[in-house]
Amino acid sequence: MTVQLESMYQQIILDHYKHPQHRQLPDHFDAEVHHVNPTCGDEVTLRVRVADGRIVDLGWVGEGCSISQASTSVMSDLVIGEPIGDALELSETFLELMQARGESQLSVEQTEALDDAIAFEGVSKYPARVKCALLGWMAMKGAVAQATQDIQNTVATSTTAGSEVGQSR
Amino acid sequence: MSFDVETIRKDFPILSREVHGVPLVYLDSANSAQKPQVVIDAESDLYANHYANVARAVHTLGSEATNAYEAARDKVAAFLNAPSRDEIIFTKNISEALNLLAYSFSNASSSKDSAAQQFKLGPGDEIVVTEMEHHSNLVPWQLLAERTGASFRWIPIDDEGRLVEAAIDEVINERTKVVSFVYQSNALGTINPVQRLVSRARAVGAISIVDAAQAAPHLPLDVQALGADFVAFTGHKLYGPTGIGVLWGRYELLAAMPPFLGGGEMIETVSMQGTTFAAPPHRFEAGTPMIAQAVALGAAVDYVSAIGMGNIRDYEHELVEYAVRALNEVPDLRIIGPNSTVDRGATISFTLPYAHPHDVAQLLDEQGIAVRAGHHCARPVCVRYGIPATTRASFGVYTTTDEIDALVRGIGMVREMFE
Repeated sequence: MTVQLESMYQQIILDHYKHPQHRQLPDHFDAEVHHVNPTCGDEVTLRVRVADGRIVDLGWVGEGCSISQASTSVMSDLVIGEPIGDALELSETFLELMQARGESQLSVEQTEALDDAIAFEGVSKYPARVKCALLGWMAMKGAVAQATQDIQNTVATSTTAGSEVGQSR
Repeated sequence: MSFDVETIRKDFPILSREVHGVPLVYLDSANSAQKPQVVIDAESDLYANHYANVARAVHTLGSEATNAYEAARDKVAAFLNAPSRDEIIFTKNISEALNLLAYSFSNASSSKDSAAQQFKLGPGDEIVVTEMEHHSNLVPWQLLAERTGASFRWIPIDDEGRLVEAAIDEVINERTKVVSFVYQSNALGTINPVQRLVSRARAVGAISIVDAAQAAPHLPLDVQALGADFVAFTGHKLYGPTGIGVLWGRYELLAAMPPFLGGGEMIETVSMQGTTFAAPPHRFEAGTPMIAQAVALGAAVDYVSAIGMGNIRDYEHELVEYAVRALNEVPDLRIIGPNSTVDRGATISFTLPYAHPHDVAQLLDEQGIAVRAGHHCARPVCVRYGIPATTRASFGVYTTTDEIDALVRGIGMVREMFE
């Protein structure tokens, strides 16, 4: 087997695939999203709960390849308990890593922040698989946006006494 | 001519290349087949020596190109045993061929032309496909149903990947206007009972359309024996180039059908007050056609005809028997589709409980083995079997039993990594 492929299926990825983290949907949540990867049929349903500017809980269920499932698992470990701003920034860093085609220019701080997610660097050399690695991250981003918008809406609605402000989602 | 796969392999230059440092094992011919040198040469020879636009140039090159293009039509007509060369329409692929029909029927539905009335569809009418169609033979009919108000129905498939026989006479009924179905399934390998479906369609007065995309490369095709009204296939799966497909239709139907695309070469006379249209096949070939691609398709038809479609069918049946037996010996492997070699083509989909098809395909590629992973543009089939995707190995005229052995060994390596 070539070195390149070994670098794609890192042990960390295989471990997360075989033992996925946070792979259950929490009962209490502020937003739920369902993301699919139409070309390969990867799917993830993800719920998130936010409070005080943090992701306080996140869980997911899904079906798909090792890359999509492991990446969602790694993402969950990284963002739960973190401030929303940090989670979204990390999501951008991961996107940058995935778009680098194996030649990322991340800073030491960024690399450290990605932690286990750096294991997916090898995936970025395979354009067909990049969207697999991004599936869970995009779901998290979408769910957080929905959850925070709902909170803003609630605030906006209460402060404007039931006007239509913020309801045009 | 006797069938010698090693001789045939030498005709395909790409088969001598390596992938990731190992010899290529190409098991994705149902997706697109590789090209023999004669096809590659035919396309480049036209451009190098005989190229000009067709049907309008008076000069020598124009005549040569026109003759080459029209000779390809003759070759395809003979390949299909069509009664007339004027029944062969060149399209860019089978999707366009099926859309040509769907849009022509749609145009007929709003036409006042009396000859076109036989294609008219509206509320109360039904369009029938099968549950195993690829998207090319599904979406155009869904869209036609939406445009005309007709109902869209389908014949279900059973656990083995066969049409539910008991449903055929119910689903195809007096309200049915169009029946369009696949000859050989790209996702399951199932070979459908064409004559059974065609005769039922005829009995209720419906138009019958056979999607032969996966049949044309593997089985002798005789449109007169099949008895259908229309048969379509695509060139690139038949060892021909991309960008060329074929629609065959009964002449009297083509002659009554309104045009699909308007443009040059499809007209009789044009004035600012209105236009009259050319006779088939030119009515349905608007604009400058795929000249070099049609000529190269002619070369592909010559190539497979020289080997003999009957010989190809028999050889590939041996491959299927070998592969079904070998894959059934792989622990935990589940074949999606008929787990037999009866009425089954050289395309085998399977799942493995320990690895997703994308991971299987990626790891096989690393061993030089090209297979397809996904829903094969036939998502309803995957939904039917409760699976997100399959891994599919598909064979062609150049496939060997050694390559099937390589696939089985490759699956063993996938198992080692994921289990």
